[in-house]
Amino acid sequence: MSDFKGVVVYCEIKGDKILPIAAEALGIGRKLADDLGQELAAVIIGGGIAAVAPQSVAQGADKVYVIDTPQLKEYQADAYLAALEKAVNQVKPAIVIMGQTDSGRELAPRLAFRLGAAATLDCVDLAIDADTRRLLQTKPVYGGNAQAVFTAAADPQIVTIRTKAMAALAPDPARKGEVVNLPVEIDAAVIKAKITERVVEEVAGIKLEDAQVVVSGGRGIGGADGFKQLDELARLLKGAVGASRPPCDNNWIADTAQIGLTGKIIAPEVYIAVAISGSSQHMSGCSGSKTIVAINKDKEANIFKQARFGVVGDWKKVLPAFIQKLKDLAAA
Amino acid sequence: MNIIVCVKQVIDPEAPPASFKIDAAANKAEMRGVPPVLDPYGEIAVEAALKLKEAGGGKVTVLSLGVNLLREVVKKTLAMGADELILLEDEAYAGGDAYATAAALAAAIQKKGDYNLVLCGREASDTNAGQTGPAIAEILGLPCVTLARRIEAKDDGLRVERVNSEGYDVVVTSLPAVVTVSNEIGQPRYPTIKGIMTAKKIEPLVWKPADIGIAPAEAGASGRKTALRKLFQPVHEGQCEIAAGDTPEEMAANLAVRLREAKVL
Repeated sequence: MSDFKGVVVYCEIKGDKILPIAAEALGIGRKLADDLGQELAAVIIGGGIAAVAPQSVAQGADKVYVIDTPQLKEYQADAYLAALEKAVNQVKPAIVIMGQTDSGRELAPRLAFRLGAAATLDCVDLAIDADTRRLLQTKPVYGGNAQAVFTAAADPQIVTIRTKAMAALAPDPARKGEVVNLPVEIDAAVIKAKITERVVEEVAGIKLEDAQVVVSGGRGIGGADGFKQLDELARLLKGAVGASRPPCDNNWIADTAQIGLTGKIIAPEVYIAVAISGSSQHMSGCSGSKTIVAINKDKEANIFKQARFGVVGDWKKVLPAFIQKLKDLAAA
Repeated sequence: MNIIVCVKQVIDPEAPPASFKIDAAANKAEMRGVPPVLDPYGEIAVEAALKLKEAGGGKVTVLSLGVNLLREVVKKTLAMGADELILLEDEAYAGGDAYATAAALAAAIQKKGDYNLVLCGREASDTNAGQTGPAIAEILGLPCVTLARRIEAKDDGLRVERVNSEGYDVVVTSLPAVVTVSNEIGQPRYPTIKGIMTAKKIEPLVWKPADIGIAPAEAGASGRKTALRKLFQPVHEGQCEIAAGDTPEEMAANLAVRLREAKVL
C-alpha cells in the first residue's frame, strides 16, 4: 500500500474568504475522508491570510495548512504551483481536490504531471469505490453528451470539481481543527510566465453567477439588438443576461456572458432560454438551474428535453407579449 | 517564430445529438453516419499560429496523434496555411489518456526541435480533459499559459491575454513556451482553393513510437495512468409543459400566468 493518506482540499481565497467552491470541495472532501476513515485537511495560500483558516475548519476540515507569505499575495500560477507542490509532498494525501476555477483548471494538471500522478478535471461526482478504495471520478465528456468514470493508479489522485455540483456543509463555527503554518520560500525564478496586469470586463448589473434569474439568448436571437429585449426582461425580473456560444463568437454580447462548458457554469433558480437549441455543451453550463423555461420555434429542440415550461414559437413575437403580461400581472 | 500546433481528429461535436451513440461494451462513443472532423479548439490553435506567422514570419508545423487519421481531416490544417504535418499514427498510440498522449507529443516535439512555441487547443471536444497543453509544458519543463484569447510576440517573448471569468489577465512569458488557445481568439479561417491545392502536394511525415523513442509499453493504452471504468449517457426525463394558445402572443401570456401560478416567478 502507498504511504499516501487522507484528503486535501486546496481552498482558493478571494479577499478574506474562501470561495464557495472551496466550501463545496470541503463538503465532498469530508464525505470521502469519512468513507476512508481518514483525515480531511485544507491548504490555503496567500499573503496575510491567517484569519481565513477557521473558515476551512468550520466547513469540515480537521487541519488547515497555511502557506502565508507576501510573495504569494498576488496569484501567479508558477508560484502557487510551487507552493502546492511543497504542501502535497509534505502532507502526502491520497486525494487532492480543487475547484474547476480559472486557476484550478491550470494548477491541477500541472501539479499532477509534476508529481507523476494524474488529474481529472471538472468532476460532477466523486465517490470511494467500495472494493478498491480508489476514488471514482465522474466527469462530463463529449461536450456533456456523456459522462465518464475514471480511476487513477497513482497517488495523489488529483481532481477539480465543477461549481455547484456538490454540496457544502452548513458552516459550524464550533468545530475544532488544527492550524499548521507551512513555511515556504518561493524563489522568484520559478515564475516563468508572469501575470503583469488584470483586466476586469464584467458587464454592469447583477453578476451571472449570483443572479437568481438568468435570461439567456442563442444563435436564433440574430444580433445585438435582440439582446436589448432580453435585457429588458432580465431587468424586470432582477436577473442577468447570458448567452450560448454563437452570440459571443459573433460579438452580439461580451464573451463574459457565455454560459456553457467553455463559459460560465451557473445554477440559478430560473433559467429562461430564448432561441437556444440546447446543445450539450451549452446545457453543461445551465443544467443545474432549478427551473428551465424555454422559448424556441423548433418543438424538437433539445432544450425542451430539459425545460420544465416552454413555448413553441418565434421569440420575436413571444417575448414582447411575455414581458407585457408579466408587467400586467405585477401591477394587478 | 517556429510554432508547433497539436491538433486532434475527433467525432463531430456539431453533429445532431441523436447520432451520438455509446458502445457500452467497448466504452467508446461514436457519431453514427457522421465523419470525424478536426477538433474545433485545435483549429482555433492553428488559426492563432497562422496569425503569429503572418505578423512575424516563421514556420507552422502541425502535430497530430491518433489512429485512422483521415488525410482530408488532418490536411485541412495545411489547407489553412500550415507548412508541415507530422502524424503520430500507429495502433500502439490508440487508447491513451492525457498522460500517454502528452508523453508521445512531447517526445515528438523534442525530436522535431527548432521551435519557439507550442500551441494546443484549450481542450479537445471529445474528452474535454484540458490537460494536453499543461502536460506537455511540465514534461518539457517549459513555461505554460492557458486559455489565450490573444497572443503577440513581444521583446523576444510573448504577451498573452488569458481569459478568466471576470475578463482577462495579461501574462508575459519567455520562449520557448506552451500556450493553450481558447475560442475567444476568433473564428478559424476557411481553407482557400490555393491552400487546398498546396495541401494536396504535401505528404505528412508519419512517426511510429520507435521513431520518437517511446517503448510500446509506454504508448497508448499501455501508457495510461488512469482507467476508464464506465462511459454512459445521463438520462433526462422530459417533462416540459408547453404553453397552449392560438397565437404566439397568447402562448406567451399563458406562460406568464402559469409561471406565476407555479411560483417560478
